[in-house]
Amino acid sequence: MNGYAIRAIYLFEMARTWRTLMQSIASPVLSTSLYFVVFGSAIGSRMAEIDGVSYGAFIVPGLVMLSILTESLSNASFGIYMPRFSGTIYEVLSAPVSAAEIVLGYVGAAATKSVILGAIILLTARLFVPYGIQHPGWMLAFLLLTSITFSLFGFIIGVWADSFEKLQVVPMMIITPLTFLGGSFYSIDMLPPFWRTLTLFNPVVYLVSGFRWSFFGVADVHVGVSLAMTLAFMAACLLVIWRVFATGYKLKN
Amino acid sequence: MSPIIAVEGLTKTYASGFQALKGVDLAINRGEIFALLGPNGAGKTTLISIVCGIVNPTGGVVKVGGHDVVRDYRAARSLIGLVPQELTTDMFETVWNTVSFSRGLFGKPNNPALVEKVLRDLSLWEKRDSKIMALSGGMKRRVMIAKALSHEPQVLFLDEPTAGVDVELRRSMWDMVRRLQETGVTVILTTHYIEEAEEMADRVGVIRQGEIVVVEEKAALMRKLGRRQLTLHLREPLAALPPDLADPALELSADGCELTYTFDAQADHGGVAELLRRLAERGIDFKDLQTSESSLEDIFVSLVRGRP
Repeated sequence: MNGYAIRAIYLFEMARTWRTLMQSIASPVLSTSLYFVVFGSAIGSRMAEIDGVSYGAFIVPGLVMLSILTESLSNASFGIYMPRFSGTIYEVLSAPVSAAEIVLGYVGAAATKSVILGAIILLTARLFVPYGIQHPGWMLAFLLLTSITFSLFGFIIGVWADSFEKLQVVPMMIITPLTFLGGSFYSIDMLPPFWRTLTLFNPVVYLVSGFRWSFFGVADVHVGVSLAMTLAFMAACLLVIWRVFATGYKLKN
Repeated sequence: MSPIIAVEGLTKTYASGFQALKGVDLAINRGEIFALLGPNGAGKTTLISIVCGIVNPTGGVVKVGGHDVVRDYRAARSLIGLVPQELTTDMFETVWNTVSFSRGLFGKPNNPALVEKVLRDLSLWEKRDSKIMALSGGMKRRVMIAKALSHEPQVLFLDEPTAGVDVELRRSMWDMVRRLQETGVTVILTTHYIEEAEEMADRVGVIRQGEIVVVEEKAALMRKLGRRQLTLHLREPLAALPPDLADPALELSADGCELTYTFDAQADHGGVAELLRRLAERGIDFKDLQTSESSLEDIFVSLVRGRP
């Protein structure tokens, strides 16, 4: 185990985060605050409670998830895409490090940043709406699992992409719609039966549902199912990354 | 003594079908300076990239310090420092951080004293807190060398180290390479500047279209393939060579003022003396003469054109 290498990559990535503090922390916090002002306070005060939870509080877990998904993706994908783009990847590839160590460094840093971001957004939300957390342990677990899983997913995108445009396409065109349609702002029970069934194919539903359950004890799907789906998605990402390194896909050659 | 790098039957075919290496065998001795020469696209960088682990080989075996670069990559790679051809560094990092990063990446604990020494040796100490994007091209090149040296490698690859580098910096790099060799480091450099190989290398290898054409001690190569030329500047121009002087080795310039005689440096059987005597007999007088020895560059050109 080359612990010094993991540390070096991790610290390098974290240094990049601090260097781009405005862009990486301040801007997601600002945009989430705007959601709270509009949906939480302005519109939310005229909305009925959902499952006994005020609308303002109801959207908190969904909004945190929205930020975590997009930020994990863009951070992790940018983290590995940049060295590929600039050519500095040669050094990592020629170093005595294993695939697991490279992933630990890059994905670990991206996930760390997402967790920090999630915590800041939760604190910010507290300024707009009062809410409690019923299962703090599970809340943290879902936060961590989601950050890691989508950082892994972002790593894959960063390896796959060969232009800055492709780097943007997946978060913009796939993740944002899936999150909006994944019950971030409503309970999927509010949908007509056909759309409800269709929604169950959206993996984000399980993330949001499980995360919301840890706050309020109510969920669209059973929390066990949420956990299983999250872990399954993580396993799928790990499998793809393992193949990437085994075949050298787009990293070597 | 076993070679520090042993390459056997190495092949590489890219996904496009391009065969970059066609069964390369090469042994690099511990502590030598080895120059790998070859035209663009001959496979120099592919060969280096496979040894360093950046490109997967298609077939064959590469061992560094006895460690297989694929199966035992950790041990193999920790011996190697690589300075690639392109100036690729993180623009926003400081010199100090990027060099320390490299050391960590290669599994070495922090050692500020060593990083300081490397930076001082490369005249980068004053710039340690500067961002890399603020440095000149020559300084960036030195930063890349510092990164490669930060983890105390036993083998240093320099891929076109002095391309686009001014004369003064080139000299200082040569000095640095010699100092490294004195500490026991093996240096492998690829270059377009034959002058560089001639100046630095103990041995020279020439690669052409994915195959090693020749590997030889530099001095031996020059002795073996070296040719000498005698040029006579005639006092009176000649319209044509007298028929009885005709010899494939003898050439008359277009204006008839210069007579050039090419001969083998090793196997000169008194040809020069004989020629001069016969010229004197015919009253062909010359006002000046000069001899020249073919350089490594001439040898190289003739090798890559395929006539060894």
